[in-house]
Amino acid sequence: MFQKPGRNRHSLWFVAFRQIARNKLALTSLVVIVIYVIIGLGVQLGFVAKDYNTKHKAPMELLSGDVKMMFLEYAHPSVQFWFGTDIFGRDVFQKTLYGVRTALMIGVITSLIAIPIGLVLGAVAGYFGGIVDELVVWFYSALASIPPLLLILTLSLIFGRGLKGVYLAIGLTSWVTLCRLVRGEVIKLKTVEYVQAAKAVGAGHARIIFLHIIPNVFHLVIINFTLRFCYAIKAEVILSYLGIGVELGQPSWGNMIQSARQELQRGVWWQFGAATLAMFFIVLAFNLFGDALRDALDPRLKSRQ
Amino acid sequence: MLRYIIRRLLYSITLVVGVMMILFILYHVMGGSEMAILRMTGKHATQEQIDSLKAQYGFDKSRGRQLLELFRQCITFDFGRSLTTRQKITSMIAQGAIPSLSLMAPAFFITVILAIIVSLFCAYKRNSLFDRILVVLAVAGMSVSIMAYIILGQYLLAYKWKLFPISGYEPGLQALRYIILPALIYVSVAIGSELRLYRTFMLNEVNQDYVRTARAKGCGTSRLLFKHVLKNAMIPIITQVVITIPFLIMGSLLLENFFSIPGLGNMSIEALGNWDYPVLKAVTYLGSLMFIGGNLLSDILYSLVDPRIRLE
Repeated sequence: MFQKPGRNRHSLWFVAFRQIARNKLALTSLVVIVIYVIIGLGVQLGFVAKDYNTKHKAPMELLSGDVKMMFLEYAHPSVQFWFGTDIFGRDVFQKTLYGVRTALMIGVITSLIAIPIGLVLGAVAGYFGGIVDELVVWFYSALASIPPLLLILTLSLIFGRGLKGVYLAIGLTSWVTLCRLVRGEVIKLKTVEYVQAAKAVGAGHARIIFLHIIPNVFHLVIINFTLRFCYAIKAEVILSYLGIGVELGQPSWGNMIQSARQELQRGVWWQFGAATLAMFFIVLAFNLFGDALRDALDPRLKSRQ
Repeated sequence: MLRYIIRRLLYSITLVVGVMMILFILYHVMGGSEMAILRMTGKHATQEQIDSLKAQYGFDKSRGRQLLELFRQCITFDFGRSLTTRQKITSMIAQGAIPSLSLMAPAFFITVILAIIVSLFCAYKRNSLFDRILVVLAVAGMSVSIMAYIILGQYLLAYKWKLFPISGYEPGLQALRYIILPALIYVSVAIGSELRLYRTFMLNEVNQDYVRTARAKGCGTSRLLFKHVLKNAMIPIITQVVITIPFLIMGSLLLENFFSIPGLGNMSIEALGNWDYPVLKAVTYLGSLMFIGGNLLSDILYSLVDPRIRLE
């Protein structure tokens, strides 16, 4: 644990940044994440996947005789449609790109719900201790005892089908891990000199918690934010598969995988493949980058190496 | 020792009460149960019909009475009858537990054994190419959706190559035929995260003082790993296993649903589809109860092994 003299002038963030900059796997993951974020922003602003909902018509020569092929259904991957088309003749490639936006939105909005809950409850419990601490620990232990999938499924059913239900169901159930970590860290932090000093000069509880303690557990938030994307994206797929996730009109990887179950038997593999691959790369990138962040930012792990 | 056990037991009971409160909020305050009533009556029901159904299921009573009723159900395990099948919920759960367990227990056992062996090997050759490739593979395996494993596994192995029946279940020894494929899929889904976790446990031990001492006394690497490191790493691994056992009885919701195995997981999914809230409530409660029980058991086992814990 003893640091060499002179190393102290580098902050935790600087050392972490340097460590990640040297890690090729982490950098590659970051590049993948940035590409996905750009795609997601593009979809949001209307540059990318503009006609994801266009139902392409079948060419005239195919329409001879029976008129069942109104739409270009299940076209194979080609130059025009990179990942083929779905049952309504929609471009699977564009649907996949649109799914990037859906997935990122789920990650961000569930974080906006879960992280404040976990952070504030954890900090308050760790800081005040006593009965407050016991109540918070009791509450999250009870919540964590409930089988997670059943809890999410019940909640999203109560909130109703649609993105709002997905956000709330995942957000309201996934703050326990962060809360636990923050609480543990705050218990250690509150005896540290600078907190004692702030107390001695008369700083109030709220000021100590929000200005002195929370900034010093913020690395836990960053790690949690990265890793929870994996969880949120995977949860969306399960919810959508069970028919209580994203609405059918809105492309999401979960909806695409749901339609794939019947399609595979007809030899239509592209929708399944596109959604699975798109999901695989982003979840893998978030997993690897989150791990690298944790190695870089968590001092306890550092001393172990 | 007895004092410690009693204290843990009392704490677990407060947790069970907490679970009951959360269930109450979900089904009685946020409107989970009323949704079921609306579903049963359909769109064109008159107010009288709705009221009579509400009275039948006790939603016309005050919140306090409803909470007491929920406590009574949870304590006596009398959850009434299912809204769709009209069967007694307790007997439905008893029937569902066997198929769930016969799928999940062997699958989980294989996963744990495999993960222990491979993670020991990783710790033995840590930071070698082999170790790194395995860690990346484990993370890659974790990054694939469970739906992809299930759909692809069922399509390729059962539908296309006809190695296994596509879905279904028969009680007794015949069950084996139907269980191999879902069990295989479970192992491939679960092995990544277990392997990574166990590897961290092993590496935590590798840097301990007793390992250095053993080495200084001339202990060989393989003996060191299998006798010293494995024994100590088994403590967190066993905790992990004990905590997972309740989930084995609960079964895997998605696997059972896909392969039509009539276990508790499939039952929950069907109850969700029909919004059969008494079944959902009972299964959720039972799952939580087993989780809390598993934790209590592992705490007590821990304190038997390690006397320092009792003093905390």
